[in-house]
Amino acid sequence: MSDVQIGGKAIADLSFEEAMGALEQVVAKLESGNAPLEQSIDLYTQGTQLKAHCEAKLKDAQAKIEKITLDENGTAAGTQPFDVE
Amino acid sequence: MASNEATTNAHEFTVSELSGALKRTVEDRFGYVRVRAELSGVKRAASGHIYFALKDDSAVMDGVMWRGSATKLSFVPEDGLEVVASGKLTTYPARSKYQMVVDRMEPAGAGALMALLEERKKKLAAEGLFNSDRKKPIPFLPKVIGVVTSPTGAVIRDILHRLNDRFPRHVMVWPVLVQGEGAADQVAKAIEGFNAIDGSGNLLRPDLLIVARGGGSIEDLWGFNEEAVVRAAAASDIPLISAVGHETDTTLIDYASDLRAPTPTGAAEMAVPVREELNYTVADLGRRLSGLKVSMIADRLERVKGLARGLPSPRDLLGLASQRFDELSDRLPRGLQNVTQKKDIQLSRLAGGLSAGRLVQMKNFKGTQLETTTKRLEPAYERKLADLSQRLNSAGRMLESLSYERVLDRGFALVEDASGKPVASSGELHAEQQVSVRFKDGTRGMKVLDGEPVETVEAPKPAPKPKAKPKAKPQNTNQGSLF
Repeated sequence: MSDVQIGGKAIADLSFEEAMGALEQVVAKLESGNAPLEQSIDLYTQGTQLKAHCEAKLKDAQAKIEKITLDENGTAAGTQPFDVE
Repeated sequence: MASNEATTNAHEFTVSELSGALKRTVEDRFGYVRVRAELSGVKRAASGHIYFALKDDSAVMDGVMWRGSATKLSFVPEDGLEVVASGKLTTYPARSKYQMVVDRMEPAGAGALMALLEERKKKLAAEGLFNSDRKKPIPFLPKVIGVVTSPTGAVIRDILHRLNDRFPRHVMVWPVLVQGEGAADQVAKAIEGFNAIDGSGNLLRPDLLIVARGGGSIEDLWGFNEEAVVRAAAASDIPLISAVGHETDTTLIDYASDLRAPTPTGAAEMAVPVREELNYTVADLGRRLSGLKVSMIADRLERVKGLARGLPSPRDLLGLASQRFDELSDRLPRGLQNVTQKKDIQLSRLAGGLSAGRLVQMKNFKGTQLETTTKRLEPAYERKLADLSQRLNSAGRMLESLSYERVLDRGFALVEDASGKPVASSGELHAEQQVSVRFKDGTRGMKVLDGEPVETVEAPKPAPKPKAKPKAKPQNTNQGSLF
């Protein structure tokens, strides 16, 4: 996205929880109207990026169910699709 | 020999025959027995059979549980555990041994199990495995969830359904037995196995584990009380939710896990948030944000305008001052005029009072007054004088007529005591008292003769004492008696 850092992390590296918390703060700060104008514009840009990041995380909600296959030592060797009967 | 023959009349067995007969007898006679005993020397062979000894305080008997029966065990047999075993007795002819083949075995009462559980719990707690500072936070939205449970049955179905309802995730199921022989071992291995995945290979490392099993008896759930399972759960670097049995069942893994769910479904609810709610929250934040894009400029513009409105125009600022100036400069000369005028009036009022005409007028008026008064004064004075002299004459005449000397002229006399005080009553006098008696032409001293004035006075009462006017009339008689 950009080189904007939230808590020392690029937005792309934020977990959903962190991104949503940051987005809430951005909106609250802007709504309070206390932020200087120049900062408001930066905040707005940040907000749109955070929102996009959150939406991407929410969209990534594909259920994928796998079953671990074991080797002869009983350790995980791989996976196979898992169907619940 | 013959006697020998006779004494050995009994049937002669071979060892095998005898052992066989013994085996049949024992198996027939003790085909099904239940025995309460303490386990000791428990050994599990690679074949899956379990060997052990059943004992009480004075006897020991070997026992065996074949693999088929052993897998159905709901608990792990261990030394010292008191059990009720059922099965049959059999012998082992090759070794001159007998033993019990156990096909069912259960702990001797729940009390025994609970005591065992309590003891184990204390021991593990003492090691710090249950300490709250070991608990790791559950991730808000895990990417990959590892589930350790039976691949068949309701539990995994419930978990997957609930996860799908809330937030579909990548789930990896590690299939294990959740009951019976080997269950605890498999569960412990599965937890360790998930932790061993480092994500570098073709396998994803889960960021959350769920260990789950449906409800059951304490024996059914026993595997989750096993030390191996508890230790594996405590050692897991991946946050772990335990969901074993129903809400009322608590197994030792619940103490060691990072979070205890009341049911498998509950575990799924704790594992992921509800996607729809998050969608809504993010959409709401997005709406507010894009609304702000316009309003954050518009609001400021409005504020600037508002402030500008509040700012007074320079003309207004000056206008007020210049108005005041005009007013003051107008009032200044008028003020001076007013003062002059007022003083002028005062002066002329004073000057008017000072006119010579008035003074003359006043003098004339007072002169006339004086004249009139003088005119009135003379006749009044004469009248007053005449009046007064007339009154004086008459008073003098009156006085003359009233004087006691005039009374003496008429022949009365006045008696006075030594001090010159007139004596008015005969009682004031006593015998031999000197008195002076005044006549019209002089005074003579006299002496009172009698000493009893009361008697003498009694009869001619009005006579002796009064000397003034009341005595004036009978003057002669009185004076005679006095002499």
